[in-house]
Amino acid sequence: MPIANPAPPEESFVERVGKTRRSRYTKHVLLCLVGAVMMYPLLWMVSSSVKPNELIFTDLSLWPAKWDLGNYIDGWTALEQPFTVYLVNSFVIVVLSIVGNLVSCSLAAYGFARLRFTGRKLFFTLMLGTMMLPGHVLLVPQYIVFAKLGWLNTYYPLLVPNFLATNAFYIFLMVQFMRALPKELDDAARIDGCGPFRTFWKVIMPLCLPAFATTAIFTFISVWNEFFGPLIYLTDSELYTVPLALRQFIDSEGQSQWGQMFAMSFLSLAPVIGFFIAGQKYLVKGIATTGLK
Amino acid sequence: MTQTTLTKGPARRGAGPRRAVAGPAPGRSDARAGYLFLSPWIIGMAVLTLGPMLASLYLSFTNYNLFNTPDWIGLENYRKMFADDQFHQTVSVTLRYVLLATPLKLGAALAVAIWLTQSRRAMGLYRTAFYAPSLLGASVAMAIVWRALFADDGVQDQLTSSVGLGIGGWVGNPDYSLLMLVLLAVWQFGAPMVIFLAGLQQVPRELYEAAEVDGAGRWRRFVSVTLPMISPVIFFNLLLETVHAFQVFTSAYVISGGDGGPAGSTLFYTLHLYQRAFSDYRMGYASAMAWVLLIVVGLVTALLFRTSRAWVHYAGGSR
Repeated sequence: MPIANPAPPEESFVERVGKTRRSRYTKHVLLCLVGAVMMYPLLWMVSSSVKPNELIFTDLSLWPAKWDLGNYIDGWTALEQPFTVYLVNSFVIVVLSIVGNLVSCSLAAYGFARLRFTGRKLFFTLMLGTMMLPGHVLLVPQYIVFAKLGWLNTYYPLLVPNFLATNAFYIFLMVQFMRALPKELDDAARIDGCGPFRTFWKVIMPLCLPAFATTAIFTFISVWNEFFGPLIYLTDSELYTVPLALRQFIDSEGQSQWGQMFAMSFLSLAPVIGFFIAGQKYLVKGIATTGLK
Repeated sequence: MTQTTLTKGPARRGAGPRRAVAGPAPGRSDARAGYLFLSPWIIGMAVLTLGPMLASLYLSFTNYNLFNTPDWIGLENYRKMFADDQFHQTVSVTLRYVLLATPLKLGAALAVAIWLTQSRRAMGLYRTAFYAPSLLGASVAMAIVWRALFADDGVQDQLTSSVGLGIGGWVGNPDYSLLMLVLLAVWQFGAPMVIFLAGLQQVPRELYEAAEVDGAGRWRRFVSVTLPMISPVIFFNLLLETVHAFQVFTSAYVISGGDGGPAGSTLFYTLHLYQRAFSDYRMGYASAMAWVLLIVVGLVTALLFRTSRAWVHYAGGSR
């Protein structure tokens, strides 16, 4: 390498600097462009939510020529129930789902990651297999079971699965995290007289908080957005979650409600955006580690 | 549960209430605790996964509408399904979607990830901006926005009209409605992108330097260093995104108003299954559809694993 470089050094140096700077600028411009295209639908939604109806499809600019905050006030009461009801319902389901996932998945993950017993490997493979399983295969029988239990039109079908660690993704995430903790911790705890339960509670749990945070945020976002479960299990509008409520805007399309629809859509996404900004670090780490196994 | 009987190894004294200072024997087993920790998962697995799987297999051979007792009809559901034109349409819609959305989404994810690793100063900001849509894209709210963007006189209509393509909004156009859903999928390229980014950051610098010394150009370095080094990540993303694409539901349901229109152009497999089960209460038929989906997804997964031996490169011992 030192010998085989006959080009005059000063010229190639200048050239190279010029080229990299130019290409860096074009790269940033391109990235900004892609970013703008990506952000456009969201910005358009926000801007349409504060425009008077007649301007939504005529005024393409993102900055509204005329502001109309009435969309939020009217949209709040435009559906069968006031929007507060839907927000509270969604919130209750989300919080209970987070609790369920954290408890049941961390227990299972500790079993898989730190304990030894017959059948563990088999169970683990089975668990990984369910990650790839299309949920529709379970749909009809689960519906029948829940119907037989009299759980239709209640929250149980949406909540109970989360308390039974059916979400393999979170177990996997926590297993990965726990496996990275030094094995000596368990041995030390054992020597100090801790059984598996104390070890889990006092030693492993506190160290797994980042993995729990990731699970909580992912659960929040996926349950908050979930549509299919509520669609088949909930029939009374007092029980509707936010996504189900939003669908009513499309069913009752009176053309005149565009602004309200966007206002409520934006409200429904705001908590997700908030959680995303607050928990970005954990989210990115979470999906990155599962991807790299 | 009967966990204690399952332990292997001789003379388990640990089955008692509290074990006295167990030695650090290499063959120690935590059977009791293990099954206890796993018990929620085991119950869930039995009652909500394996049980229902078998039940739906049985139901797929029956005529069942939720109110009668299941009536065994053999392969009749499957025979009807394969003879049904609508079924063929759902298969074609779904396959076209999978074959378009998955490669485009992954291509965008990889391209942007490579761009981002080259300019690390602003990476955090861009990563955030590009990742956010993948969290929102599956929501009803986003489907509503998409529907409006591609409605008649919507943003897309005005843009395409301004360049002289007066084809109207894509929502109502059977030739373009699927494409619009593909675009919604591509818009969510952020999740696989983050996984690619993590993979790209693990490629050792020395490999690039060595390739450069050997006179490899940019393209050559990409093909001979980057691609093989991140092939496990490509495989993971490909598998995950393909399986997901088969199961798309919410956006198609909301955008088409639940009927898979216009002219069945967005009648996805899952949407069709939902209609058979919960509009017609043909639970047996829906179960048969679900099993066909399971088998197809299983075959695709197996195929990907099989071919992966040829192109996925695992660097040994880097774990």
